[in-house]
Formats: sequence, C-alpha cells, structure tokens
Amino acid sequence: MEAVLSVKNLSTYFYMEEGVVAAVDDVSFDLAPQEVLGIVGETGSGKSVTVKSVMRLIKSPGKIVNGQIIYKGTNILEIPENEMYKIRGKEISMVFQDPMTSLNPLYTIGDQLMETIIQHQSVSKSEAYKRAVEMLQLVQIPEPEKRMRSYPFEFSGGMRQRAVIAIALSCNPSVLIADEPTTALDVTIQAQILDLMRSLQERLKTAMIFITHDLGVIASMAHKIMVMYGGKQVEFGSAEDIFYRPIHPYTNMLLRSVPRIDRKIDRLQSIPGQPPRMIDIPKVCTFLPRCPKRTEKCQTAIPPMEEIEPGHFVRCFNPVRGDE
Amino acid sequence: MLKYIIRRLLISIPELFIISFMIFMIMYAAPGDFLDQYRLDPTISAETLEAMRKEYGLDQPAIVQYLTWLKNLFKGNMGYSFYYRRPVSDLIWERVNATLILSVSSLLFSWALGIVTGIFSALKKYSFSDRILTVVALGLIATPSFFLGLLMLYLAAKTNWFPISGMISTSYNQLSAWNKFKDILWHMILPVSALSLGSFASLMRYMRGSLLDVLNEDYVIFARAKGMPERVVIYKHALRNAINPMITFLGFSISGLLGGALFIENVFGWPGMGRLIYQALIQQDMYLVIASGLISAILLVVGNLVADMLLALVDPRVRLT
Ligand SMILES: Nc1ncnc2c1ncn2[C@@H]1O[C@H](COP(=O)(O)OP(=O)(O)OP(=O)(O)O)[C@@H](O)[C@H]1O
Ligand SMILES: [Mg+2]
Repeated sequence: MEAVLSVKNLSTYFYMEEGVVAAVDDVSFDLAPQEVLGIVGETGSGKSVTVKSVMRLIKSPGKIVNGQIIYKGTNILEIPENEMYKIRGKEISMVFQDPMTSLNPLYTIGDQLMETIIQHQSVSKSEAYKRAVEMLQLVQIPEPEKRMRSYPFEFSGGMRQRAVIAIALSCNPSVLIADEPTTALDVTIQAQILDLMRSLQERLKTAMIFITHDLGVIASMAHKIMVMYGGKQVEFGSAEDIFYRPIHPYTNMLLRSVPRIDRKIDRLQSIPGQPPRMIDIPKVCTFLPRCPKRTEKCQTAIPPMEEIEPGHFVRCFNPVRGDE
Repeated sequence: MLKYIIRRLLISIPELFIISFMIFMIMYAAPGDFLDQYRLDPTISAETLEAMRKEYGLDQPAIVQYLTWLKNLFKGNMGYSFYYRRPVSDLIWERVNATLILSVSSLLFSWALGIVTGIFSALKKYSFSDRILTVVALGLIATPSFFLGLLMLYLAAKTNWFPISGMISTSYNQLSAWNKFKDILWHMILPVSALSLGSFASLMRYMRGSLLDVLNEDYVIFARAKGMPERVVIYKHALRNAINPMITFLGFSISGLLGGALFIENVFGWPGMGRLIYQALIQQDMYLVIASGLISAILLVVGNLVADMLLALVDPRVRLT
C-alpha cells in the first residue's frame, strides 16, 4: 500500500556553541495508512526531534539539514513556512508528552478545541461547537457540554491528555503523532489513555507514530517498530521482527533489560556504559563504545541500513543471528 | 467580584491607619521640628516661639497630636500647613493636577512604548534592531532619571528648542484653548521623557523576556502544532500569557503616580506635588508630609487592587479559585 508519510534520509542538526549535535541522522521510514509505527530508544536518542522535524517545528539553533518528508506525494520540507499551518493539525497532528503544559491556561477547553475546528474546516461557530462536544464525547470526557466551559486547571492530568487528544483528532488528520503521551501520567491513568488511543486508532483508522521508551507499551500498540540510538535508526521492522528476531545488538540488550512473562531469564540486564554525548560524534556507529560485538570493521565506517529479511532493516556490521 | 473588591477595601482601612500612625511617629522621632528655622532667627523672640508652639499643637504629646489629627481627618480636615498657613487639602488639590498630568502621561507613554518595543524585540530576537534596542535599554536603565533630566535641561538651554522650566509660558492666559493645550504639551515633553524613559526601558526588557519565556512553553508549540497561523499563536496564545506577570508591575506604577515625579518636578520646576512634598520634608511641615504619605499609601492600596482585578480579568486561575 502507498505510504501516507514517507521520511527519506532525514537529518536534523543543532548548531550549538560547543559543536554540532546530530540529533537525527539519516533516518528513513514509511508509514502506511492505518498503520501504527512505534519509535523506541533511550532518552536523547532523537525520537522527539524526528517527529518535530516531520511537523517542521524545529527552531534555531536546530535545522533540518537533509532529507525529504513526503506526505501524500508532497515534500513537506518544500512548503513555505507560512503555509505549514494548513498541514499541521489538519493533515498531521501531534500529542505532546506533558498534558499539564500543552493546553493554554487562559482559555477554556471549548475555546481551544473550537478554534482548531474553525481554523481547518469551514464551519460556523455553532457547528464547530457541536463537533467539539462530539470530540469530547469521543475521548470519553464525562459531561462534555459542561466541560467545554472548563479551564485546563480544572482538569486532572488524564482528562487534559484526553482533551489534547480530542484537539489533535478534531480535524480527522491522516497521521497522528503521539510523543510519549502517557509518560507524565500515573500508571492507572496511563493504561486508560493507552486503551483510549488504541480504540480510537482502530475506529478512526488514523495512521499513527507512537513514541515511547516503554517496550511493553509499544508491544501493545505498534505494527512496526523503529529502534533509535544516538540519533540514528539502528533497527526497523514489524513488531514480530523486533520482539522475536531482534538483530541489532542494542535491540537485543534493550529487550533483555525488560521483564517478560514468555521467557524465563535469571536476571534483568542493564546496558553498560552511557548514552553517547551527541556533540561532534565521530563517523562510526553511535553504539560502538557500548557494543559487545564490536570488531575492527566498526572503527572504519558507519554501517548502512540493510534489509536482512523482507521489511526488516538493521544498521550493523555484526548482526545478531538466531537466539544467541 | 464586587464582594471581593469591597472586602479588599475594608481590609485596607486599618492598613491606612497604621501607615499614617507610623509616618506620624517617624516625623516625631526625627530630630528638631518645624520651629527650628525660627529659633535660629534672632529677630524672633522666645515668647513668639512659644506662642507658635502652642498654636501648632507642638507642645502636646505625640499621641494627642495624632488623635487630634485623626479626629479632624474624619471631619474632612487634613490639618494645616505650618509654612503656608493654609489647609493641607487646598495645597495638595492645587498641585495634584500638574503632577497627574505629568505622571499619567509618563505612565501611558512608557507602558505603550515599552510593551510594543518589548514584543518587537522578542519576536526579532538577536536581530540587529533587537541588539540596538537592548543597548539603548541598558543605557537608559543605568541612567538615573534626574541625571537624564539634567542632561535634557542642558540641551534645552543650549538649543532653545524646549522650555527649561515650568508648565506654562508667560503668555499662557492670552492663548486660545487649542494653543493652551499645545503650550502645556510643549512644556511636558522634556519632563515626561526624563520620567518615562527609564521605566520604558525596563518595561521593554521585562516584556521581551516574558514573551520569550512564553514562546518556549508547550502550549505555544502545541498551538502551532495544531495549525494555528503564527499571528494567532503569538497574539492570542503567547501574548496574553506574557502580559500576565507585567500586571503586578502596573500596580507598582500606579502607586508611584504621585511620588515618583518628585526629583523630576524639582529639576524642571514643575508646579506639582513633588516640590511641595520635598519642601515639606526639609522644613518638617508635619501635616503636609503626613497627608502626602497617606495619599501615597492610598495609591498603593488602589494600585494593588487594580493589579489584582486586572489579573483576575486576564487569568481564570485567579478569578475562579
Ligand atoms: N532545542 C534543542 N537545542 C539543542 N539540542 C537539542 C534541542 N532539542 C534536542 N536537542 C538534542 O537532540 C538530541 C535528541 O533529543 P530528543 O528530544 O529527540 O530525544 P528523545 O529521544 O525524544 O529523548 P526523550 O526520551 O528524553 O524524550 C538530544 O541529545 C538533545 O541534546
Ligand atoms: Mg522526547
């Protein structure tokens, strides 16, 4: 199936006084309609910068230095900035990590929901109101009419994230990006929000990019998974590929660091070493310093993304094969 | 809301009592009194001095003096000025307009300009014009207003472009209404500039910083991410949040309306309260000092109240909790 969103060789760098941070380096992926792509990786691996680049929300000192972002046949990077608002929120929309800060404290939920609807759909105020109430119902906010008049501070964290999801979905976007939408919430609320997102995705068939560093969450949400490390994608494949046949050493170690019920292991393993300092990194694999399988060859070049089996890509000279 | 305002005003009444009492006690505790200048004068006899002491009530204990003053205050009498031998209220009333003209126009000028240039330089962060504005602002903040006033006086005297003193020309009475207005405006330019440039500069820097902070907030980025045009993102979502912390500042500005111009009025010979209060302080003209202190205190209360009300108007978190 033709991809709704296709990212090709995306590189986003931050030009800091201390040097250049290659926050995202040569990242490519396709997102098919109705598909959920999970992005995992430890903190600072470039997950947020990747999706912010897709939305063109990168501000100086950051810059998209290379690549294409093709949305339904158009390269988003070629759209003038003052036209981007036609894409954002309408075609591709985004849910942020912290619901406590993503809503403007001075306007009612209804206002913030309706302004989005009015902006993107040529509807009257009363129609926008009706649609806004429907959206609140859709995200299971009780007493939606009353809640339209509430301010964000009158909402709990979970309710706010529901409202944010309602705003993000209010104009039927083709792609929804959720950047760790549950990280800031209590565990029980997390589960509720995840259930909600899963059922909405199934109902509305919106293609979705879902970022998390919780492998358990990604297992229950994503069809495809991209693993990032140090600004690069190290592995990409279907959820089964990644969970049952991981081939990059980092993915392997990541999986061994989470408890699982279907496999008996004596103890959870942590990954030794530190995430890379991202400034002016040398032109080798970013995982090299922590990699147990490194060889001479790794010192010479950055490994390319290689298709090991259909749809399963890895960026490694010494992929892990079988159940090592 | 109305209930809230009334409650605030009621609370302020005991505050004002305490403030007036403290001013009274400070004046009393200060060495010497109004009659000192006469004691130095050999032509004034001891009997005359004693008579004046009685007349002014200075022979009474402080607490009695205060209570007498308080009693008169309730009858609408703020006491008499020793020096002018006239009711304090008349003296203040004559001069309050001149001061208000000066300080209200400075307030409006510095706020309007400060907010607008602050927004401009935040939106053009690190551009050439932002850098120029930053340098100018830091220079103005570092310069005391009376020095700025003196500098302007010097230039005015050199160039003859502006009058150097007073509020009206000698020919004022012969002028038509329109020309009278222009005449006052003409005299106002220098003192208003001297008075407002400093606060304009700090307001601008404050506004710039506040807007830059807000522009980094998640809700501003979210507004952009949901496809609001940049105009809406800035003027609806960012600006109102950025103005919020400025409002407390406005309260302070209001409370400084009468006292803030003291130096500048002296420098420019402006016939306002500033000079009156300044002289009264030097001469220990007690009731005049207390009255002006009380007025400043009332302005402080009013300024805070106005700020709180505006805050409630802008911010639902204040209004609804
Ligand atoms: N505004 C910025 N200025 C400078 N560097 C930045 C900026 N934003 C991100 N970076 C850099 O880009 C790198 C990737 O950051 P990013 O936010 O994408 O990480 P992440 O994978 O989303 O991590 P987390 O799980 O903590 O959200 C980081 O190393 C960070 O130093
Ligand atoms: Mg992130």
